[in-house]
Amino acid sequence: MDVIVAENLVKEYNGFPAVRGISFRVCEGECFGFLGPNGAGKTSTVRMIYCFSPVSSGQLTVLGMDVRTQAREIKRRLGVVPQENNLDPDLKVLQNLLVYASFFRLPKNKARLTAMELLEFFGLADKAHERVDTLSGGMKRRLTIARALINKPAVLILDEPTTGLDPQARHMVWQRLRRLKEQGVTLILTTHYMEEASQLCDRLVVMDEGEILEEGEPRRLISKHIGAEILEVGFAAAREREIVRQLNGLIRGYQVVGENVFLYPHNGQELLKALQRMPFQLNHQFLRPATLEDVFLKLTGKKLQD
Amino acid sequence: MFRDFLKIDVSPLVWAVFRRHLIVFSRNWKVNISFNFFEPLLYLVALGIGLGAYVRPMEGLPYLNYLAPGLVASSAMFATAYECTYGTFIRMEFQKTFQAMVSTPVSMDDVIAGELLYGIFKSVVYGSVIIVVITLLGLVKSPWVLLAPPVMAVAGLLFALLSIVWTGLVPRIDNFNYFFSLIMTPLFLFSGVFFPLTGLPVLIQKAAWFSPLYHVVNLTRGLILGQVGIWLVWELLWIIAVVVLLFPFPFYLMRRLVIR
Ligand SMILES: Nc1ncnc2c1ncn2[C@@H]1O[C@H](COP(=O)(O)OP(=O)(O)OP(=O)(O)O)[C@@H](O)[C@H]1O
Ligand SMILES: [Mg+2]
Repeated sequence: MDVIVAENLVKEYNGFPAVRGISFRVCEGECFGFLGPNGAGKTSTVRMIYCFSPVSSGQLTVLGMDVRTQAREIKRRLGVVPQENNLDPDLKVLQNLLVYASFFRLPKNKARLTAMELLEFFGLADKAHERVDTLSGGMKRRLTIARALINKPAVLILDEPTTGLDPQARHMVWQRLRRLKEQGVTLILTTHYMEEASQLCDRLVVMDEGEILEEGEPRRLISKHIGAEILEVGFAAAREREIVRQLNGLIRGYQVVGENVFLYPHNGQELLKALQRMPFQLNHQFLRPATLEDVFLKLTGKKLQD
Repeated sequence: MFRDFLKIDVSPLVWAVFRRHLIVFSRNWKVNISFNFFEPLLYLVALGIGLGAYVRPMEGLPYLNYLAPGLVASSAMFATAYECTYGTFIRMEFQKTFQAMVSTPVSMDDVIAGELLYGIFKSVVYGSVIIVVITLLGLVKSPWVLLAPPVMAVAGLLFALLSIVWTGLVPRIDNFNYFFSLIMTPLFLFSGVFFPLTGLPVLIQKAAWFSPLYHVVNLTRGLILGQVGIWLVWELLWIIAVVVLLFPFPFYLMRRLVIR
């Protein structure tokens, strides 16, 4: 079953088109990602999904309901982790969850039980009675995710769940998210970390300037556009045309990135040997696995992050 | 456009929103209340007793007795006005509490209705605290005073509406100073809290009719001193009429501000 169906979805802010007619479907139980650089329209898109922003035009249904007419019913079954933490600083950690639960009209005893379980699950049990502003960035993020789960949502929407966290905290969040997916929660995730996208997402769309450039499974996208590996090389001068011509047959494509050229080899080792036989001065060379970042670079000529 | 303006989507979830405010209030209500009643108490001592010693009786009353009911009304007004300007703005802009709430089944209109309820609550609590104090001082002359808290509730709604309208129109924290110096302070001074308006130029007397606080002061003073009559009903009707007139505006303005 499709949990979310968007058709020609548009979001305009006073005439400025932030989302320009995108279509996508999210299946039940999968982790679906929106990958794109700053300003791509990721937040604008998910805000329409969680019925915060009105849809400017197009169709959007969530769990079979129209966001225009059944917002309350939809929101009852969603969990939302917004890009900016908006925990309630006037309330303690546990109170944050309990008050949030009351917005879903959960019975008090049940809410308390679920809240304690969630604090446990996210490693925050010993912080239950602390003030929110004494928590670290990673703890706040975990608490925000815990809060989003208080109503046992069918769909969890995460807008950049790990931006600003250190690698360890990030891995901890990823691990929890994977467990949620195992429990059957549909995850919707925006990110500009390609590693996050490839670690978590079953399928994703690559967005830029309000449009969807590509859609598919992370690994498929990489093999479709790049192949398995990338050979980064730096030439002495801007001679890439000449060199690339000579490498014809050994590479499937290439991308110029500043001083460097990213070559997409059929076979990395063979390409390396071929390059060494050539009479060119190579400043450096580096063979590595291809990533979503490279896909994005190829599609847009831009980097995901600066 | 106009249909949007009048369509207010409020559900029973406003009580959950209001409960959130009560939880926050109950965490430090002692501090809140003691600070808020400190100021009216200062006025009561400095003006009522200090200055009052040199002041001729007003409308046949010792000055302290005249002043006390006015301070009930004005402290209710200020409590609500602070909550629904600074308080509302901080929740909306800095804490993003509204944004968090509307990610749940709570609607933006529920959130604003919750703010209004909190404004009403503040008016009733802070008005009543002063009533208790002046009762202990023997300044309350009539059992009609029992009707004062409900009047504070209606007045609280009026001041909450006014304050949120301001917040929605000029949503910058610096601008709240103007609200207090340009609107609240003149209301405080020229609504019959400190002296009857009969001594002032006719123009100001006429203008006072447009002051919400003027009508609230008349009501509380009437009830506290037991000077009741059908005219109190007209005062109440004035307040209710303005409440009805203003009611849709805060919802419309805040929706426009938060929901993008
Ligand atoms: N409330 C708003 N009013 C006007 N323009 C907005 C508003 N929110 C977003 N935009 C604009 O819409 C575009 C898309 O913004 P959006 O926040 O959806 O991007 P994003 O992909 O989430 O970016 P980021 O990675 O920085 O979070 C941007 O150009 C932004 O300036
Ligand atoms: Mg964003």
